[in-house]
Amino acid sequence: MAYGQFKDFLNSELSGIRDAGLHKEERYIHSPQAADISVEFPSGAATADVINFCANNYLGLSSHPKVLEAAHHGLTERGYGMSSVRFICGTQDIHRELEIKMSHFLGMEDTILFGSCLDANAAVFEVLLDSQDAIIADKLVHASIVDGMRLSKAQQYIFKHMNMSHLEQKLQEAQECRFRMITTDGVFSMDGDIAPLDEICDLAEKYDAMVMVDDSHATGFVGKTGRGTHEMKGVMGRVDVITTTLGKALGGASGGCISAHREMVALLRQRARPYLFSNAVPPVIVSAANAVLDLISESTERRDKLEWNTMYFREQMGKAGLDIRPGTHSIVPVMLYNAKLASEFARDMYYEGIYVVGFFYPVVPAGQARIRVQISADHEKEHLDKAVAAFAKIGAKHGIIGLGKKEIIEKFGM
Amino acid sequence: MADELVKIITDYVIDEYLEEDDDIEVKPDTPLISSGIVDSFSMVSLKRFLEKKYKISIPDDKATPQAFDTVNKIVALVREYTR
Repeated sequence: MAYGQFKDFLNSELSGIRDAGLHKEERYIHSPQAADISVEFPSGAATADVINFCANNYLGLSSHPKVLEAAHHGLTERGYGMSSVRFICGTQDIHRELEIKMSHFLGMEDTILFGSCLDANAAVFEVLLDSQDAIIADKLVHASIVDGMRLSKAQQYIFKHMNMSHLEQKLQEAQECRFRMITTDGVFSMDGDIAPLDEICDLAEKYDAMVMVDDSHATGFVGKTGRGTHEMKGVMGRVDVITTTLGKALGGASGGCISAHREMVALLRQRARPYLFSNAVPPVIVSAANAVLDLISESTERRDKLEWNTMYFREQMGKAGLDIRPGTHSIVPVMLYNAKLASEFARDMYYEGIYVVGFFYPVVPAGQARIRVQISADHEKEHLDKAVAAFAKIGAKHGIIGLGKKEIIEKFGM
Repeated sequence: MADELVKIITDYVIDEYLEEDDDIEVKPDTPLISSGIVDSFSMVSLKRFLEKKYKISIPDDKATPQAFDTVNKIVALVREYTR
């Protein structure tokens, strides 16, 4: 039987993943997403109360009372599901309201909602560009952008991570193409690096290129009023396309969007396959997202608290002797380089009451394993102090305190 | 001719893919893709460089990670399509 052989093949692949120490295990959370959560790990064990340091819940809105209230209201007033794609009978007044609100928040002309930012990134290049055009991408763009680029027939140019000379070289090489679009993450999800959007926009103008930014790890909290990387870098009005998600700082449920020039959005509504062939974002999520945008437009209190939390945590971790990638973003990678070490470290942290996860190949390049800590506005100082103490204790257990990349690799291998 | 090809391709790989502080020696048999020096996403620029430089056309089904994995293999590919 065909499946018998295929089953053997699949089991062989799975064994390979386990043998390489790359198997990802899920843990079961028995509470809403927040700083304090209740977790069952391993499967069948009694639940433990731990502090969550690996959610994209940057503004602490995933279970915020006002967000829940808006969601409940949305369920009551607009129902559970649309049972339709947008263009048939899947568009409510609240969808349009959200697209307008998001446009104003980001300073763009129009916005189109998708089921996720992954879907938005799958859509954007295929609709807007073809084989006559060039996409010039940062080497470390998100996997969904890589997939979106592959779906498009546009020619691909890759520049070294945040390397503006190499970007300029690629722009020069792409001059023979019809249109050029530079694409980058606003904030790189594995490193917390923030793209030099000001320099990118300058080069884009010099070489007649458009700029597209995936700001999923920035919308809501990067920049003085949380508009995103373009606000932080002083280039609002100079970016042509922003893709972002509702699934991180903006409530954490699901949904994504493309915000761009009016004509781009108009064409996407006509031709974007994820938009045409996938269900409308549910009313409950749209209602909550509308409330989130109102909340964060009225006050910067939550993003200000996140900024303080981040600065404090980074400072304390540095003092404790952990190897953290320098930066200012709430993504704080604790570098461990070796996959097995990262995995064991994360497990030991769990038993200290701190929920973090080890990241290794293929999520990050081989030899660059890490624990990616993510700070939230939901964290209080006590949470942060407990995490630092746990990192110091487990770091001492594994003998990595005060060690840098070279020493850790010498000790544990890559 | 072969030596010149090896040098040109090696220089391109170093300029295009390595950072200034990368401590990696690229020899003719150094694995490029299987070692992670060149990822499959970035491979497109190498294909484009070879096609422009040597005025050849490499079919997509031949431009595989295996075919591009070492400088020597890339040289062999270029020679195959310049005949």
